[in-house]
Parts: sequence; C-alpha cells; structure tokens
Amino acid sequence: MTQTDLARPRSLSNSLSTFLYQRPRFVMTLLLVPPLLWLGIIYLGSLFTLLAQSFFSIDDFTAQTIYEPTLATYARLFTATNLNIIFRTLAMASVVTIISGIIAFPLAYYIARFASGRMKALFYVAVMLPLWSNYLVRVYAWKLILAKEGAIHWSINSLGLGPVLDWILTLPVVEGSSLSTSYIGTTLTFVYIWLPFMVLPIQAAIERVPRSLLEASSDLGARPNETFRKVIFPLAIPGIAAGSIFTFSLTLGDYIIPQLIGSSRPFIGQAVYQFQGTAGDIPMAAAFAMVPIVIMAVYLAIAKRMGAFDAL
Amino acid sequence: MRSKQTQVSDRSKGKAGWGLKSAAWFGVLYLNLPILFIVLYGFTTDDASYSFPPPGLTTQWFAVTWARADFWDAFWLSVQVAFLSMLIAMVLGTFAAAAMYRFKFFGKEAVTLLILLPIALPGIVTGISLRSAFALGDIPFSYFTIVLGHATFCIVVVYNNAIARLRRSSPALIEASMDLGADTFQTFRHVILPNLATALLAGGMLAFALSFDEIIVTTFTAGQQETLPIWMFGELSRPRQRPVTNVAAIFVMIITFVPILAAYYLTRDTDDVAGSGK
Repeated sequence: MTQTDLARPRSLSNSLSTFLYQRPRFVMTLLLVPPLLWLGIIYLGSLFTLLAQSFFSIDDFTAQTIYEPTLATYARLFTATNLNIIFRTLAMASVVTIISGIIAFPLAYYIARFASGRMKALFYVAVMLPLWSNYLVRVYAWKLILAKEGAIHWSINSLGLGPVLDWILTLPVVEGSSLSTSYIGTTLTFVYIWLPFMVLPIQAAIERVPRSLLEASSDLGARPNETFRKVIFPLAIPGIAAGSIFTFSLTLGDYIIPQLIGSSRPFIGQAVYQFQGTAGDIPMAAAFAMVPIVIMAVYLAIAKRMGAFDAL
Repeated sequence: MRSKQTQVSDRSKGKAGWGLKSAAWFGVLYLNLPILFIVLYGFTTDDASYSFPPPGLTTQWFAVTWARADFWDAFWLSVQVAFLSMLIAMVLGTFAAAAMYRFKFFGKEAVTLLILLPIALPGIVTGISLRSAFALGDIPFSYFTIVLGHATFCIVVVYNNAIARLRRSSPALIEASMDLGADTFQTFRHVILPNLATALLAGGMLAFALSFDEIIVTTFTAGQQETLPIWMFGELSRPRQRPVTNVAAIFVMIITFVPILAAYYLTRDTDDVAGSGK
C-alpha cells in the first residue's frame, strides 16, 4: 500500500504537495486563519462589545441602557462597597493560589520524579478524575461535608474537639455558624476544585527537567537536597506560574462556589451576575467585569516573565 | 520482561522520603475523598438534609433518577454540545498548534495570548461578553450559542496537547520522511499524524470534559436550555429528592472514568518513541 503510494509518479496530490512545500507562508496562512477568525470574531469581538457596554450608562428611571459614551458607570464602580468586593475576591484568589501551590507541589513532584508504573497510573487518575467529574457536584460534595450536620463537624465533635472548632469559627475574618458558611469552607472548596490545574503544569515542568541535568548536579557533588533547591525547583517555577494563572483566574471569576458555600458577602463574580441578571444593569456588570480583566492582564504579564507560557 | 522494566525505572527514579510521600498522599486523598461522599449520599434515605452518618441506605434514588425525563434531556443536550465543541476545538486547536510550531511570524506572541485568553480570563468575563454580544447582535439563544462559547475555551486545551507533542517530537523524523521520498501529505499521514494522534485524542477528551462540566459561561449563553450542570444547579435548590443529584453525578463519573484511563494510556508511552527525543 505504502509502496504504491511512494512509487506513484507525479500525481495531483504530489504536485499539490510540492506546491504547498514551496509556499510555506501560504500554508501558514491556511492554518492560522480559521482559529484566528474564530477567536478574533467571536471572542475578541465579544470582549470589545463588553468594553463598549461599560462606557454606556443606565437610566435610573426607565432602567434602559443609554447608548452614549460616558464614564459615569466607572464612577459608580469605585464605591466603598464595590472596592470591598474587589479586595475580598483578590484576597481569596491569592490565598487559594498559595494553598494550592503548597498542596500541589509535593504531589506533582512525587508523580514526576518518584512514582512509576502502576503507582504513576494511579496518581494520574487520582488527579484527573476530580478534574473530569462534574464541577458543580464537587462543590456540592463539600456542602455535604462541611454542613453543620455533616462529616467534618461530626468527626470533630466525636473527637471532643467541638469547642475548638466553635472558637475558630468565632474568629474575626472566619466567622460563620458552621464551616459551610465560613471563609474556611469557601477556601477549602476553591482549593479542592482548582488543585488539579496546579498539579498538572508543575508535574509537566518537573518531568521536562532532563535526567542528565540531575546527574550532572550530583556528579558535581550536590546532595539531593541541593539538587532540589538549585536545579529542580527553579525549573519548576514556570509550571507553578502556569498553574497559578488558572487557580487565580478561576477563583476571580467564580460565582457558584461563594454562592453555595460561605458567608453571604459577595465576590466579583456574584456582583457581575447580579448586575446583569436581577438588576438588569448591563453597563455596570460590564464595568465590573473589567476589573478581573485588568487584574488578569497584570497577572499574565508577571506570569509571562516567569516563563509560564512555555510551561503550559 | 515487565519486572525488569520496572526495576530499571525504579532505580533511575530513586526513593521518596516519607515526608514527601505523605504530602503526596494527602493531596490525593484531599482530591478524591469528597467524591466518595457524593457516592455515599446517593444511597442515603435522608433526602432533605445532609446528616452524617446517613440514617439509612437505599437504592431507590437510582430508579427515581432513571425515570426523570428532565435529567435525560439535560444529559443529551450536554453530550451534543460537548461533542460538537470538541470537534470544532480539535480542528482549530490543531491548526493553530501546527502553525505556531512550524512557523515564526510577526505577532506570534499576540496569537499565543489570544489562544490562551479564553481560559486565562475568568469564565464570567467570557460569559458576559458573549451575552452582551448576542444581545447587541440580536442573536437568539440556542444550542449553537452554547457551542460557540464552549468551543472558544476548548481550543486552548487541544492546542496545548498538540503543541506539547509537536515540541517533543523530533524534526529529524519529518526530514527523514521527506528524504525518503514522501511528499507533504504522505509525511503528514504516515509520520506526523501517528505521532500526534494520541495527543489530539487526549486533548479532545479534555475538551469534551471541559465542555461537559461547564456552568459559568453556559448560564450566560444558554437562555432557556438546560445542560446537565445547569440542571443540577437547579436541583440543588430544590428542598426534596436531594440524592437525585448525587445519582446523576455517580452516573456521569462512571461514564467519564473510561475516557480518562484511555487518555492516560494514549499519552503514556509515546514520550519515549525511538528517535523522537531532541
């Protein structure tokens, strides 16, 4: 089969092949145009619509959008209440990213460097299964676990540590009647949901470290600890940065988790959702949605400098 | 033969300390124990609260869920949306990866950013952008508006998988194929595609899963239609029959478990294909 393919004299496909081979720019255009058209029109187009909407305003009496450029909506954005929402979301996203990094790193490192054969398959599935199973149900699982009558409260009470948990729940920032209505619950759930996004890029980054580099390091007299600190960890940083893009960004925009688990104090996502839905104030929702965009633009610029884009 | 292989790889991998080992296991348990609670609560007799341990166990919720037409409607809509989004993402993602790997051009970094953006920006931004665009363009919500949104953020997943594989495979293979007289299409068909196929399939499966799971963008692009996640979200706020959501979840988990394993076996061995190292 292959033989006849190869032996065939200049056929149509052959001349077309030569034609394409001699015109790499043409091939490149052919390949690039469909994805760029899709992303350019559908995605960028929508983003610009959003940007445009944020410069419109809403009529207080008729609740109709006034299609005249104005900065009034942005002026309304920077009130104390809204700044609080932004600050709260940023703090949550940072905490979630840091905790995810701390939990994900040893796991990723272990999978990449030490697990092999069946063990590696098991770990891989253990990271991928949660990523694949339904997002909403996993949030719901934590609602089950964190509820006042649920498993964690039950186990802690069985251990006789109930008063300690109650005391923790009265602390200033944490405050909530049970874990499922406190920031502890929100954080635990966020970390749980986004953790695989942190594990995978770190694992990939560590796996990409050539073995020869580690051998060179130990040949030059470095102990395993030193090799880790001076070779593996620095090379894993792009992976951590790449993972943090996901954990940070996903936390910034999520409105399901804080709605189901946590105190009723809103995050950016919920604010945007409410402005466009119940309030019908699309300009305000658009202006509010600009906040995570600006934050992510800054974040991506930093992540890029740390080599995150090469680790994706 | 198998044991020899394991031995060799074990030696080159070294042994982990107990600290690292327990930290790794902690991560795994943290990631997976909650799923067991979903299963457990699928059998509970308590359908109005979350009491632990469950007061009793029953299998009635499986029959209840099976008989719910709205569950099946949502399920099939999700399957259709995810499948079409996956196909679009696979075509566009592969094209983009091939161009980005093969060519250098002005504005390449901007293109990388553009591909990455739909997943780097929070879902709510994508969602509300699309919604405001649909509103401005008077486009009615439908099955296709959902797919439009999903395919957009699925492209990056396929792209990542494809470009990672391309970067790992050696250009020498392609050159050798050309030197041996194969034309562009033959090289593509016999060298590039077999090399890339598993990565594409794995990327496609991830895209499918991403779309199947998505709720944040979907709420903004779906109108009246209910994908499975939106259906479940509705179920959560219903005061009775809570375990139905759990049963639906168990069902979805069993269905997706097979492709995960498949994706793993597809991408596992190919990293070490002879001659593919750089």
